Amino acid sequence: MKKLTRVNDFVIRFANVNGSGSASANNLFAKAVFRLGIPVSPKNIFPSNIQGLPTWYEVRVSEQGYLGRRGGYDFIVAINGQTLEKDYDDLLPGGYFLYDSTRALSDHFKRRDITPIGIPLTDICNREIKNPKLRPLLKNILYVGAIAFLLDMDFSVLTDSITKQFSKKPKLAAPNIRCLELGFNYASEHFKDVCKLSVKRSNKLSTHILMDGNSATALGAVYAGATVAGWYPITPSTSVIESFDTFTRQYRLDETGKRKAAIIQAEDELSALGIAVGAAWNGVRSFTATSGPGISLMNELLGLAYFTEIPVVLVNVQRAGPSTGMPTRTQQSDTLACAYASHGDTKHVMLFPSNPTECFEMAADSFDLAEILQTPVILMSDLDLGMNDHVCLPMVWDDSRQYNRGKVLDREQLETLTKDWGRYLDTDGDGICHRTYPGTHPEKGAFFTRGSSHDEHAVYTEDNDAYKRCMERLTRKWQTARTLVPKPRIKTDDGTAAGGLILYGTTAHAAYEAVEMLGKKGIALDTMRLRGFPFQDEVCDFIDRYGKVFVIEQNRDGQMRTLLMNELCLVPDNLISITHIDGTPIDARFISQSIETELSKTQPPKGGAL
Amino acid sequence: MNSRRPAFRHPDLPKNDLGYTRRDYEGGDSTLCAGCGHDSITNGIIQACFELSIEPHRVAKLSGIGCSSKTPAYFLNKSHGFNTVHGRMPAIATGANMANRDLLYIGVSGDGDTASIGMGQFVHVARRNLNMVYIVMNNGCYGLTKGQDSATADKGSSSRKGRPNPFEAIDLCEMAVQLGAGFVARGFSGDKEQLVPLLKAAILHKGFALVDVISPCVTFNNTETSTKSYHWVRDHMEASGTFDFIPERQEITARYEEGATQSVALHDGTVIHLHKSDNAFDVTQRRAAINALEDHREKGQILTGILHINETLQDTHDILETTDKPLNALTQEELCPGNQTLQQIFETYR
Repeated sequence: MKKLTRVNDFVIRFANVNGSGSASANNLFAKAVFRLGIPVSPKNIFPSNIQGLPTWYEVRVSEQGYLGRRGGYDFIVAINGQTLEKDYDDLLPGGYFLYDSTRALSDHFKRRDITPIGIPLTDICNREIKNPKLRPLLKNILYVGAIAFLLDMDFSVLTDSITKQFSKKPKLAAPNIRCLELGFNYASEHFKDVCKLSVKRSNKLSTHILMDGNSATALGAVYAGATVAGWYPITPSTSVIESFDTFTRQYRLDETGKRKAAIIQAEDELSALGIAVGAAWNGVRSFTATSGPGISLMNELLGLAYFTEIPVVLVNVQRAGPSTGMPTRTQQSDTLACAYASHGDTKHVMLFPSNPTECFEMAADSFDLAEILQTPVILMSDLDLGMNDHVCLPMVWDDSRQYNRGKVLDREQLETLTKDWGRYLDTDGDGICHRTYPGTHPEKGAFFTRGSSHDEHAVYTEDNDAYKRCMERLTRKWQTARTLVPKPRIKTDDGTAAGGLILYGTTAHAAYEAVEMLGKKGIALDTMRLRGFPFQDEVCDFIDRYGKVFVIEQNRDGQMRTLLMNELCLVPDNLISITHIDGTPIDARFISQSIETELSKTQPPKGGAL
Repeated sequence: MNSRRPAFRHPDLPKNDLGYTRRDYEGGDSTLCAGCGHDSITNGIIQACFELSIEPHRVAKLSGIGCSSKTPAYFLNKSHGFNTVHGRMPAIATGANMANRDLLYIGVSGDGDTASIGMGQFVHVARRNLNMVYIVMNNGCYGLTKGQDSATADKGSSSRKGRPNPFEAIDLCEMAVQLGAGFVARGFSGDKEQLVPLLKAAILHKGFALVDVISPCVTFNNTETSTKSYHWVRDHMEASGTFDFIPERQEITARYEEGATQSVALHDGTVIHLHKSDNAFDVTQRRAAINALEDHREKGQILTGILHINETLQDTHDILETTDKPLNALTQEELCPGNQTLQQIFETYR
């Protein structure tokens, strides 16, 4: 057997029972790798359950900086009896299988191409830890200690992390550190030189941070000046609002300690968006965060906000649908539902962040965009981005930046109005009209907002021409939106690429890695990462350039491909869908293999161009 | 608003403390059926705002969908209005109120808009004690879709369609009391003398104030067999007790015999003196209010007037501990923590 032998380049999977405190122990390991200066990507693959079901935590360690999922596991820590057999089978040849040897593996665990590492975790805990309540938690710490030895890690990083974590409860630090040592010592006595994977301190990370997308999104909302949030708890978006709550409790208090934010947990998602819409109507920056089932409910209010032209920000942290789907698994399957949400002719601006940095920046930008365009803006995050920690550079807030509140007439401007003003009267041809906030002026600027058909002065009308004028103006506004949403990131080589590849959101890391993998095999692809909807000319131009363009996405039906075809009137034959739909984050090997398979199908007999 | 009324104003029209005439509180022409109870309520709102000298532009008027929800177009033309979607006015009002705590929020809804499609939102806006006046123009039927029974139609009552309603009626007032609303009243669109003071008290109350107004639908539900018809309500209405309304700053001149009245001081200093009558009960007690409503229901009577007041409750802003300044008046400097703080925040992510 050839053991996997690599430094700072492997994937380790922890298989646990959820509710046993494993996520924090596994995070301790991931954070230690991060603190050793090595790019690391932890992914928590957890069930929709509080206690007792299987949960996995994958950590990719990559000196080269690949942060997407790679595919395959080099080291498995198998602590969950329910999945022991599957975990055993999933291990790559040459890999390492750490298990609790308190119970011997049964006879059919007889792979000869892997290295088993049995540590009697339960026995050690029972012997060494007096308080039985602490045993399940500390068992996790024990294997982290063992791994530290096996991977030749700098042990002090782990103990420092524990000390830092329990700085407010130093009494709890001691048993944790002791368990780390117990694990470390057991491994050093029994498994010296067994594992050929190792972690070495590196300088690949500098000012980097390890942050989840939802916290970054919440910070973006804080910095953009959002004050009202209506919400309804739903995985995986909940932590957006919870983080907004935490940040505003710390950084948004007046001199008397009162809060400069109002967060309302609503009775449902209808109300959650309704609260945000009502607040935006009344002149604050407001938002809500939800996921697929919430989007379905919010359709009604999205249509209202679109037609009445109220700027509101909606964060959609997508999960696997349809219906309840897989609430704790990731997908990009709300693309179409959000693009055209609500009845009648509606279209919505969407932004596609692919890392926490963009979550912060796009969240902040979305408030400007919404207010400039006076329309809902949907930030299309997903569970992988929102709930997992990602290595990224710290964001910077430009202190000279001023919020762009769009076309709003204040008291002064109303007072000195010389021309006819109508809430829906477009005076400069960009499709966007001037609004006023309630209570601004005693005599001027009041209007009646209504979801029913209205004329330029916001008066109810069933006049066919007036209705048509309004709808056509909204189309003009949509054209204005095209000039404002973030442009795609296009990476082209020297013009020899035989095809194009389109990606968006969290597909980025794995897709770029896949392109490198394919490049090494002589298959050159140019890439375009979509960052906003509506699509600009650049998007169309990119697609036109190639005979074949792969569209990589994490849903079954190739929704982005459909949207591109629909919006840009494209010939579908040129767009090839590569879809990853199982609810786990897409991985590089999957993408490269899928593209190779597609190419072998379409390759002309003489091996010419794509 | 296309008003066909002449712009001419008689110079001697009475003015309120702000120098506004009643005309300044009017809106566009009603497009409801002639004789609709809702128009009387519209007039009641205009009268109450005029008498209380409320600055028209400091009011936000909101509604859902239905005949009732059209009425904000017929009053307070100088106010911003928002005709939202069916049953969702409470959420929009909640957001609006969070954005600016200094405006007066008048929500208008109907029995379909509140007791059916909007029941969830009604319940929760009451629960969170949003500082607003919530007026239900309650006619027991769906007018705009031509007369279907609503959830407040009494069991056995039949509209023009002729089939007795087989379902239990929802009493929004009783529900609101149970939900902890701080002000609950019931009026009748045909009794302006009672309705205007009820609306004034509701406006002055801080917190959620429900005014359920029985408002006959002359087209679909004003039949001999309907319990929401003009004649039925007149015949079966019992007032919980008349009351005097002594605004803040006004000297109390009337003398009240000991034990004959119950006085409740509102948030702004206004005092309500409730005269005790046969139907009187302690309106500050939830249990007493519910008992009174149940007793009258059993007798086939409609209890009107102030049904419950609790001036000790915290409104949503109090509960959320929001700053005194309206959130929509906060400047970027007051909201954005700046880059230095941001970099400090990131220290916890290393």
